[in-house]
Amino acid sequence: MLEHTQNQTCVVIGASHAGVNFAFSLRKQGYAGNITLIDIDPTLPYHRPPLSKAYLTSDNDIASNALKAADSYIKENIKLMLGTKVAKIDAEHKHVIMADGTNIQFDQLVIATGARPFIPPIEGLTTASNLYPLRTAADVTKIKTALKQSEHKRVVIIGGGYIGLETAASMQKLGAQVTVLEREERILARVTAPEMSSFFQQLHADNGVNVLTSKNVASIQTNNGHNQVICADGEQFDADVIVVGVGIRVNSEIAADAGLTEDNGIHVNESAQTNVKNIYAIGDCAYHYNPHFARFIRLESVQNALDQGKVAAANICGKDTQYDTIPWFWSDQYDIKLQMVGLSQGYNKIVKRTEPSDNHKFSVWYFKDDELLAVDAVNNAKAYVLGTKFIKNRSKVDKQKLADLTVDFKADTLVIN
Amino acid sequence: MAKITFIDSNKIEITVEADSGSVMELAVQNGISGIDGDCGGVCSCATCHVHVAAEDMDKVGAANEIEQDMLELDDNVNEFSRLCCQIQISEQLDGVTLTVAAE
Ligand SMILES: Cc1cc2nc3c(=O)[nH]c(=O)nc-3n(C[C@H](O)[C@H](O)[C@H](O)COP(=O)(O)OP(=O)(O)OC[C@H]3O[C@@H](n4cnc5c(N)ncnc54)[C@H](O)[C@@H]3O)c2cc1C
Ligand code: FES
Repeated sequence: MLEHTQNQTCVVIGASHAGVNFAFSLRKQGYAGNITLIDIDPTLPYHRPPLSKAYLTSDNDIASNALKAADSYIKENIKLMLGTKVAKIDAEHKHVIMADGTNIQFDQLVIATGARPFIPPIEGLTTASNLYPLRTAADVTKIKTALKQSEHKRVVIIGGGYIGLETAASMQKLGAQVTVLEREERILARVTAPEMSSFFQQLHADNGVNVLTSKNVASIQTNNGHNQVICADGEQFDADVIVVGVGIRVNSEIAADAGLTEDNGIHVNESAQTNVKNIYAIGDCAYHYNPHFARFIRLESVQNALDQGKVAAANICGKDTQYDTIPWFWSDQYDIKLQMVGLSQGYNKIVKRTEPSDNHKFSVWYFKDDELLAVDAVNNAKAYVLGTKFIKNRSKVDKQKLADLTVDFKADTLVIN
Repeated sequence: MAKITFIDSNKIEITVEADSGSVMELAVQNGISGIDGDCGGVCSCATCHVHVAAEDMDKVGAANEIEQDMLELDDNVNEFSRLCCQIQISEQLDGVTLTVAAE
């Protein structure tokens, strides 16, 4: 226990992956003072990734998806203030002001406000019927209810990113007739190589989901609760339910108002600290430096939220710790498990390795010259694990052997010494 | 109903009961120290690593292929290792002991 923290208070804005895990790490590191977690969301903090995947298709209660049991907060003496919005941060006087005017004094403040869905300025969008984003447990409840109540179950998903595609697969499983409209020429255009885009395009087609690219939604017309989604090329789609998944906006307004440096996220140093002493930012809202890839980035992933939380907790407890991890991410669609590690941006060469298997088992390896940047592994945890180790160790991988199925798929044979 | 005993990361023994769901969910619901379940139970994070008591291996069964590969990310892996989000609770698990793998 850290005696000097006994009379201190650490306030955390945002009780999701970053905020909650930070709070538990902080206790584990020995923080003896008050820890207060504040979130607008009234639900006991839960896992977000299953919202578009298993949770969407199951009848489970959101409690089965809780990040931590309610008792665990009590046990660790972490105060949860749910259904509470922070309206303002007063950095100078070190307090946060709630929407109802009450305020809480802090010694350390952690901003873990994450992001919210971006709602594109499409004509008729705000008056459309049964149109929802997908970010919270409440969104999922609304989507499920709307689908249940709809007779024809025609679903249009705007946006072919991971959330859009996962939602498509899940809604299809629920018996919906699903169309995905993607503005770019290929799905997942911003995050993967064309090989991966075409694989997922085919996967959805095989499962009866209509994925259309180069479809820019221009307007939505709604009459008597019935929607027509109209694309710029004139094509129209009937929709009983519309899900919007076209990216996010960072919740950084209260940080900016408090004078914190902010631009594509709240700027933090390698210790997760903002430009104001004793104020930290972690998770989706934090624009940070990645030492391995020598670049400033903002990531939207559970890994990043958790690891940054740990770094902030250690630093608050006086252990000088730097954020230095290799990003990883996953996506589950139908019976396909995609695992990704590294950052592929800037690649100039790709190696695809397809294992003999009846269930799409392959991996795409992204190189910049001889440097392995990232691996996308489909139903292939081994490729993911090898990729993780190679990237971490900056191993030089023999590309020819990698593509050669007669060569054993292991470190000894693939790494050039 | 199955009674499952965890030995958590502080070496404290805790016995809990359940009849469905995954062992990881059970551990998180009961605040078992050392089981984080960061990926929500989809075999993507390896933060739900347990060692099954040798005599219980038959009841629990061996790790599946993805699990075995994921376990390689952990230095603490041995022949009794499982990622407990991949263990479904049933009567068959009654009486087993699972030790949280050290970090
Ligand atoms: C449908 C979906 C699927 C996903 N799938 C994956 C996946 O498979 N793998 C993966 O790694 N990642 C996935 N992600 C991303 C992952 O969920 C996020 O990276 C993660 O939730 C980030 O955590 P965070 O705590 O930084 O932010 P968030 O989860 O966005 O949480 C921020 C919290 O802050 C609260 N808040 C904001 N402003 C205020 C305020 N002023 N006052 C009080 N509270 C406030 C919000 O209510 C919210 O609860 C997915 C996300 C979604 C939405
Ligand atoms: S909870 Fe992530 S691997 Fe088990």
